[in-house]
Amino acid sequence: MRVSTTDKTSHPVLIFWILAGWVGYCLLPWYMVEDGLWSFEWLFDGYPFDEDYAPAAFLIGQGEKIWLSPLLIPLALPLLVLGRVKSDPVYSRILILSGTLGFGWLIAQGFSIGIRGFNYDWLGSLFGDIRLRQFGMGYGAMICATAFLFLLTQGIAARGAINGDVFVVSAIGGVITIVTAFVFFPIAKMLFAAFVTEDGAYSISVFFAKFFDDRLWGLGCLWGARCGAAWNSLFLAIMVGFITTALGLAFALVVTRSGFRYKRALRALTVLPIITPPFVIGLALILLFGLSGTVTQFVAELFDLTPTRWLYGMPGVLIAQTLAFTPIAFLVLIGVVEGVSPSMEEAAQTLRANRWQTFKTVSLPLMRPGLANAFLLGFIESMADFGNPLVLGGNFDVLSTEIFFAIVGAQYDQGRAAVLAIVLLFFTLSAFYAQRMWLGKKSYTTVTGKGDSGVHPLMPKGLAIPVMVVALGWALFTAAVYAMIIYGSVVELWGVNNSLTFKHYVTAFSVRFEEEGIRWTGAAWDSFWTTITIAAIAAPLTAAVGLVTAYLLTRQSFAGKNAFEFGTMLSFAIPGTVIGVSYILAFNVPPIEITGTGVILVISFIFRNMPVGVRAGIASMSQLDRSLDESSLTLGANSWQTFRRVILPLLRPAILAALVYSFVRAMTAISAVIFLVSAKYDMATSYIIGRVENNDYGLAIAYSTTLIFVMLAVVGAMQLIVGRTQIGRRMSQSRTNV
Amino acid sequence: MTIQSKAAPVRFDGVSKVFGKDVRAVDNIDLHVDAGKLVTLLGPSGCGKTTTLRMIAGLEMATSGKILIGDRDVTKLPATDRDVSMVFQSYALFPHMTVLENVMYGLTFSGFAKPEARSRALAGLDLVGLKGFDSRLPSELSGGQQQRVAVARALVLEPQVLLFDEPLSNLDAKLRRQVREDIRAIQKDLGLTVVYVTHDQEEALAVSDEIVVMRNAAIAQMGTPRQLYDAPNDRFVADFIGEANLLPCEILSVDGDMAIIEIEGYRHTLPSRGLPTGPATIAVRPSRLVIDSGDGVPATVAKATYVGVRMEYTLTGKFGQVFAVHDNVDTPLEPGTEVRMGFAAKGPVLLPE
Repeated sequence: MRVSTTDKTSHPVLIFWILAGWVGYCLLPWYMVEDGLWSFEWLFDGYPFDEDYAPAAFLIGQGEKIWLSPLLIPLALPLLVLGRVKSDPVYSRILILSGTLGFGWLIAQGFSIGIRGFNYDWLGSLFGDIRLRQFGMGYGAMICATAFLFLLTQGIAARGAINGDVFVVSAIGGVITIVTAFVFFPIAKMLFAAFVTEDGAYSISVFFAKFFDDRLWGLGCLWGARCGAAWNSLFLAIMVGFITTALGLAFALVVTRSGFRYKRALRALTVLPIITPPFVIGLALILLFGLSGTVTQFVAELFDLTPTRWLYGMPGVLIAQTLAFTPIAFLVLIGVVEGVSPSMEEAAQTLRANRWQTFKTVSLPLMRPGLANAFLLGFIESMADFGNPLVLGGNFDVLSTEIFFAIVGAQYDQGRAAVLAIVLLFFTLSAFYAQRMWLGKKSYTTVTGKGDSGVHPLMPKGLAIPVMVVALGWALFTAAVYAMIIYGSVVELWGVNNSLTFKHYVTAFSVRFEEEGIRWTGAAWDSFWTTITIAAIAAPLTAAVGLVTAYLLTRQSFAGKNAFEFGTMLSFAIPGTVIGVSYILAFNVPPIEITGTGVILVISFIFRNMPVGVRAGIASMSQLDRSLDESSLTLGANSWQTFRRVILPLLRPAILAALVYSFVRAMTAISAVIFLVSAKYDMATSYIIGRVENNDYGLAIAYSTTLIFVMLAVVGAMQLIVGRTQIGRRMSQSRTNV
Repeated sequence: MTIQSKAAPVRFDGVSKVFGKDVRAVDNIDLHVDAGKLVTLLGPSGCGKTTTLRMIAGLEMATSGKILIGDRDVTKLPATDRDVSMVFQSYALFPHMTVLENVMYGLTFSGFAKPEARSRALAGLDLVGLKGFDSRLPSELSGGQQQRVAVARALVLEPQVLLFDEPLSNLDAKLRRQVREDIRAIQKDLGLTVVYVTHDQEEALAVSDEIVVMRNAAIAQMGTPRQLYDAPNDRFVADFIGEANLLPCEILSVDGDMAIIEIEGYRHTLPSRGLPTGPATIAVRPSRLVIDSGDGVPATVAKATYVGVRMEYTLTGKFGQVFAVHDNVDTPLEPGTEVRMGFAAKGPVLLPE
């Protein structure tokens, strides 16, 4: 009954994209509309003839921006193939030609002609000094570019790539394009910025001068002076990596291999880093150990000592980061420790090894790659952390904060920021590379999906006691820190006036009910609603990009798949501060001119959090048997229909997890955000940091507490819902890692 | 509403499949499956039989060669566009859809209106004996029922070719016989072209019109079950299809189609299969060994096992070791007994090697 699609001469998808191209060219405003993406004022304000709002076709009609006219050729070309069959070589050739020409021309003109005319001198001398200028791409240009991209992918598919599968080829093309535009392009732009001299020329010596700066590589701390930021960061990250791994292992062992009764409470620890904005730990530490901190005061009175500022610097940052990232190591190591097949340990025991020997000779060696993995994660997180060093760093300079001060401080030195970012990127990418290339092939975790009914043996006694003491001690400390956060939010003025008050909450979140409705009079509402809105827009997009990528990675094979995977996971290793700097360098000039808008925040969240969605997707997709897709294909569904009707419904829990996770991460993020916020779009985290810098701790902590509870509610609600969306037998095996 | 057949032949012309750089899963095979026939691909694991099946489905693309279904060249066509459906080893029922939705799934992509698709799906369920199960989830069915849903789902599309990938391997032994008979009955009633993969030779003998024995990415022999069983081409096929005792012998003389062979003085006449005189190998099925016929090769009973319906003996002698069965369970031979081992008049074959 099936009619092969290769014989058809009508192509609905093709027609759609041809139409989209023409609509983008003839109907929508070509350039960025000043008032923002959601404002449609332009419709009534001179459209379609006003130069600012006109579509490309009208601009050319009025003799303006004539360099857009060659686009008419690639727009018209695909009309020629409408009557042809897909297998006709002309079909694919014309589409590829049209897509390449259109997309290429769009990019070429976008980069050559900027706000002040030609961006490159040689172009100016070639064409003479004509007054050409244009702004960033708007609706029209974006839709046109998208149309050209998908015309190109349809052409490539028709040539037989990936069995001629239009959906898969388009998805690959789409992901590559957006990752290039929003990860590789800004990073490349930043690399170039490191070589720019003050008067705009390129020079290697500038780079070296900044690179070998003493503030970066100085070793002064060995003889009492200050060390460079690079050494500080490196040293801190290694320490944090080791300590968090050790603590994480202790927690994991207590949870999986001890008779400890309150394991569930310990597991709840893993949710903390997800819902806590990173710098909040730093704030709580100040309340405990700062100059007027509870513990400091108590000890000072007890031993009659003068309180010191020991917390501000290396010790404080180290403690804060250890508190913040131990749960991450714990999360990784639970999986590793549980993943060691019990039957291996049972085999060792039947071979007459006692518990300690089993642990030492079998369990621990099998966990080793996992331990290295946890170390590298702690290393990367510490390197990238921005909030804690900002709050607690004092004179202890680390790369991430130095980058920030190079950009926002009095020095405003883009080149220096770029150089610092390159150094930071080098460290994190090395760790990332090591993790993927060296550990990727060395996983001993032995869960095969086959029934493995053994039980993990308990830890040997000699190990159990110290491990329990360390883990429980640290858990209590964590609990104390979090209690401090809540308590601190209701204290009038910490260390000076310790009376209880809700004053800070009122200042932040007061509302007035008036006749016109509710008035949000609190100081925090603005940034709060912005944060929620931006996070809510970013979450579904992040999940979508992540899941499509995961689908391509698990279910399709194509040339260059490894590079594709590396590229998509790369943004995980790029610290937020680096993303922040590179985005303002890349996106404040045409063709993509979005600094100061909400769009740039949304985009930065999508690409910061995409690896989370990808990993969630990969984890649950590899639980779905491939024969499900294959049977759908042999039943006549194409790959898009299979994706939509079989894979997506089965992935519902993973989708929800990815949604919530990216939402929550968007709310707690600070490092990239702080560069990208503007007066109009301020985010909760950057607002709080601002309060901290003004020494307004009460408000900052009250706001943070509120955020923690909001996110706790979101995560809790998701756990409830995910618990219920278990479909059939197969799904009961899939876990969602939240 | 009845299910029709659009059975079409399948043709492989010099098809190869290479995975990665140099892993040859299928090496230059030619294969012809007649319309309306059930053909089994049989072989040990790793012989390329599943890859061959998946190339018919379009789930793997041939590296070289040509694949035709009916008159149409489908070599480059992806699974979606081929008129082929497949029953998977794991059944691959969609766990989030009911039985009816599962069976209707393919119909909705074939241009049927909903009511039409529904009545066709119900007819399919009826055919496999699952009337009234349509609103259940796959997880609420037993293994055998799931299997039948998978068959119904593939059948209702009235494909040109229906493929089975080891469909019985997840069923328990008793159910296997039943299901395999059901499959064969449906195939014969509807006149479907079926390609069936299995590694169980008994299953292959029971269901097939024709068996293709594969070894090391190539076809070892192709023929009806009888041909393969009675006249295997080589040691591999002889041993793989049913058990065979391979014995060295000497061809004394050839007279037309018949040859006289000799093992340790014992002579036997059988078809020559074009072999010249000289040393050769003879394959004898365990049931075709005649113990204590008076004439034969001297041997000793090494082991005797009672398995209910018959006796199984291991015999040793100068020729090595053979395996024989005997229907006489009432007066079994004791281990250590000296016997003479002869061949039945029909059955033993010379292996052309």
